[in-house]
Amino acid sequence: MTDHQPDDNNSEGLDESRRDFLKHSSLLTAMALTPSTVLKAASSQWDERLAGAFEKISLSLEVNGTKHSLAIEPRVTLLDLLREQLALTGTKKGCDYGQCGACTVHVDGRRVLACMSLAVMQEGRKVTTIEGLAGGDTLHPMQEAFVKHDGLQCGYCTPGQIMSAVACIREGHANSAEEIQEYMSGNLCRCGAYPNIVAAIMEVKKEGKKL
Amino acid sequence: MIPVEFDYKKAISVEEALEALSSGDSKLLAGGYSLIPAMKLRLNQPSMLIDIGGIASLKGIEEEDGQIIIKAGTTHNDILNNDLIKTHLPFFHEAASMIGDVQVRNRGTIGGSLAHADPAADWPALVLVAEATIDVVGTGGKRNIKAADFFTGLFTTALAENEIITAIRIPIPANGSRMVYLKFENPASRFAVVGCAVLRSSDKKTTIAFTGVADYAFRDTAAEQVVSGKILDTNTIADAMNAAVYGVNVLSDNFASEDYRRHLAKVYLKRALQAIA
Ligand SMILES: Cc1cc2nc3c(=O)[nH]c(=O)nc-3n(C[C@H](O)[C@H](O)[C@H](O)COP(=O)(O)OP(=O)(O)OC[C@H]3O[C@@H](n4cnc5c(N)ncnc54)[C@H](O)[C@@H]3O)c2cc1C
Ligand code: FES
Ligand code: FES
Repeated sequence: MTDHQPDDNNSEGLDESRRDFLKHSSLLTAMALTPSTVLKAASSQWDERLAGAFEKISLSLEVNGTKHSLAIEPRVTLLDLLREQLALTGTKKGCDYGQCGACTVHVDGRRVLACMSLAVMQEGRKVTTIEGLAGGDTLHPMQEAFVKHDGLQCGYCTPGQIMSAVACIREGHANSAEEIQEYMSGNLCRCGAYPNIVAAIMEVKKEGKKL
Repeated sequence: MIPVEFDYKKAISVEEALEALSSGDSKLLAGGYSLIPAMKLRLNQPSMLIDIGGIASLKGIEEEDGQIIIKAGTTHNDILNNDLIKTHLPFFHEAASMIGDVQVRNRGTIGGSLAHADPAADWPALVLVAEATIDVVGTGGKRNIKAADFFTGLFTTALAENEIITAIRIPIPANGSRMVYLKFENPASRFAVVGCAVLRSSDKKTTIAFTGVADYAFRDTAAEQVVSGKILDTNTIADAMNAAVYGVNVLSDNFASEDYRRHLAKVYLKRALQAIA
């Protein structure tokens, strides 16, 4: 891109002063909020777009077996990365504050909340989402059990429930209905499908398949 | 909401984190389970986050010279599953099992919890009764802060801006000691509406702490004096209930009014004392 040259053309001139104004006003906001990157960008007179690119950090991670090398803003959560940039919309945003469990994914085999983690914190890690559970058109045993036992109504909490349910069995905490209730307590279901969710997990556990 | 923009740095050593911490208004990031929501609400707007989650020397649990040392970056779940903790500090095991849910315990750390000093967090009550010391390091060097001096206000501690908690040192309770942590939990988050921790040695020296009750967790020395050295019979327990939470500015919110919380604190003290009597 070539530099913006001021000239005699009226509309260009207007454009230019607007740009200047935007620069100054964003500098003022920047000082009030102190995001250092904006300050730095403004003070060294980078083009805004250049600054935008500079604020991004490179990130390599594996999602459902696929390696990704990305450039990403530090403030993007793992949940927003999955949904907005990798188009993996199976992982749901319920509360975005760690309270509902709809965003549960596995990171290096442990269940975590994607809304409480920054994407940049996942450098070099392996993430599994609901999309990574099924083998092509063959449902994962836990998905099959949820279908069979009606472990859902609206289905919004279901991807998180299933990710948690798989982890619950792998962790060895699915030995009774009570234990399952306790270890699934991080996943809320507003439709109240709890008894059926427990039944689905009990059945998968009983089958004893390696998950 | 989305946090205000910030820079991000992954530190690979405590030294590197300290260096980054000395510049500008930066903040440490451990599990992120308290800091990230606060940043989304824009209650916190640091210009840089220093991720200490990858620093190996900040993880793990060891036994040394009659103490259990929990490194600051150890997750609640790793404390829950640790054998040294199960053997020597069973009430730390109990407390860990009551924090949030598995997803929270898999990422949240004890160091983050202590530094954050949420008035309803569990660990503060435990480190207080166990008379732990908190190892910190700053640009000016190392120091050890007694748990009793650590919590100073609502979300406020004795930590200086540029200090990092490296470990929590807990003296192993003498043989025959009894210990318990009980909480009345918020049914959604499991944060303590009231939490009561008690540690009592076989010669009846007793420490008692509450969390959830006031702006910050505290030792209840009046109640401790009532029960220390005495047999825990009905009368002594009743006297301890009367003495407890005296002169404390008790919190009031939509989960529990001041009166109800004060009442709960006394009831939880009674149950805790009965459990170890
Ligand atoms: C749904 C939910 C339920 C929860 N339930 C409970 C509960 O029942 N009981 C409970 O006690 N807690 C609960 N928590 C809080 C949880 O335990 C947090 O993870 C914990 O309080 C903070 O730890 P963290 O590692 O996530 O810290 P972060 O969020 O990363 O950091 C918190 C603060 O500590 C600072 N910090 C972090 N590490 C250090 C260090 N080593 N030295 C100095 N400063 C440091 C950070 O700069 C920040 O200011 C819950 C959280 C959620 C989301
Ligand atoms: S969206 Fe993450 S816990 Fe609700
Ligand atoms: S099925 Fe609707 S929220 Fe669980």
